[in-house]
Amino acid sequence: MRHSASLANKVFIQRDYSEGTTCKFQTKFPSELESRIERTLFEDTVKTLNNYYAEAEKIGGQSYLEGCLACATAYLIFLCMETRYEKVLKKIAKYIQEQNEKIYAPRGLLITDPIERGMRVIEISIYEDRGSSGSSSGSSSVSGSTAR
Amino acid sequence: MSAVMITRKVRKWEKLPGKNTFCCDGRVMMARQKGVFYLTLFLIIGTCSLFFAFECPYLAVHLSPAIPVFAALLFLFVMAMLLRTSFSDPGVLPRALPEEATFIEMEIEAANGNVPAGQRPPPRIRNVQINNQIVKLKYCYTCKIFRPPRASHCSICDNCVDRFDHHCPWVGNCVGKRNYRYFYLFTLSLSLLTIYIFTFDIVHVVMRSVDNGFLNTLKETPGTVLEVLVCFFTLWSVVGLTGFHTYLISLNQTTNEDIKGSWSGKNRVQNPYSHKNIIKNCCEVLCGPTYPSVLDRRGLMQDDSLVSATCAAPSSSSSSNATPQTTKTTAPLIPNEHTPDDAKPSIAASAEKSPSPKEELPPASKLPPLASPETDAETSIAKDKTH
Repeated sequence: MRHSASLANKVFIQRDYSEGTTCKFQTKFPSELESRIERTLFEDTVKTLNNYYAEAEKIGGQSYLEGCLACATAYLIFLCMETRYEKVLKKIAKYIQEQNEKIYAPRGLLITDPIERGMRVIEISIYEDRGSSGSSSGSSSVSGSTAR
Repeated sequence: MSAVMITRKVRKWEKLPGKNTFCCDGRVMMARQKGVFYLTLFLIIGTCSLFFAFECPYLAVHLSPAIPVFAALLFLFVMAMLLRTSFSDPGVLPRALPEEATFIEMEIEAANGNVPAGQRPPPRIRNVQINNQIVKLKYCYTCKIFRPPRASHCSICDNCVDRFDHHCPWVGNCVGKRNYRYFYLFTLSLSLLTIYIFTFDIVHVVMRSVDNGFLNTLKETPGTVLEVLVCFFTLWSVVGLTGFHTYLISLNQTTNEDIKGSWSGKNRVQNPYSHKNIIKNCCEVLCGPTYPSVLDRRGLMQDDSLVSATCAAPSSSSSSNATPQTTKTTAPLIPNEHTPDDAKPSIAASAEKSPSPKEELPPASKLPPLASPETDAETSIAKDKTH
């Protein structure tokens, strides 16, 4: 794969707003990935990410404590302390990197951390082997162009 | 002609579209017009200085030294909240990169099917169901995204802001998801400070008048008159504003939704975000998690964009570059509006992680034009009305 892969297409997993404005992504399996990765692996990844985000945005005892403590210090405490959300985001970044290394890169795919896309989409880049003929999927005719 | 290229580290805030100004190398983010914000600062600092100069010495001696101490703490809290509201990212949603914009375009075209020539294409709306309510997500022609629920585009800052409340000229920034609680605490603490100063001004004048007479008191402490005037007029507006926002918080609504009457109850639409419990609503808004900024302002731009960035426009450190494509929404959207510079960093970023791929961006001419002028005009008129 080294020095021979080129970007063929990108798939964007959209947000799932059915439960409100909390961060959650759709687990619907995109057709472009059908030939590239097993459905269960993909769904597992998205579900784990959703669980991480739910943990970050949970409103409960710990978030109240953090909020009240921060308010009492006029939010100056955030200059030295990391918020719970930031801690979870670090965990997410690590998880995505791990998933990319173990599962997605061997299949010619790459997941971009949603935070780099404004938490709007999970961008999955599909790479093609240079030597292979044809395009990766039917819908890539407009947006994909590979450098030769 | 030989060109000497001085490459320097360009931070992402310098290339952000939108009409914000940035200070302290991207740490501070505000709107462009800051005049009213300076007025706010002047009024607060000025009035408090007069209070500490004229009233406090007398009250500390004759009543209690706790009075100036408490006033100082309250003043510091007000300033901290004001600066936090003004300088932080309200929850700006970054614009879609070209690939994402194209992907959305393709989805829209697939959903609309074939529109006969000469007919206006249907408005770009996506329906989602939230808590058994149908909520319409509108498409933002400037940012090229479907706005998440409760997000709105601020025409003053030219950004889509998540959970957009309103653009406040007094704090010189938009009020959105990330800084709403600071804004609320600012108005609340300012109300308390105003009431506090007003009360102790009256107490001070009364106490002194008993000894020296009313007119003599005013001559000895001329600052009191000014303070009382400022506090009197501030009181009505700030206390009213605090009350209004307390009402909104208890219903989990934004100012924007209230003005537009989104959940006013006609057509049986109810607010799907409300927990139907005042305490729960207040807790969610004020004690919810602190959301991170999704605008990576201080990140470094990738190297291959540095060359073109430094060639194209050396940016000044205190203002964001208005790149040519931040056009008004009335302009028909052309695919090559986003220069390759914007897209290259994202490709390069993902390229770093994957085994060195070599790719090019699709030439702009291949892509279909994104929108018709008529639909753009409609949207811009609607936007002007709401903002």
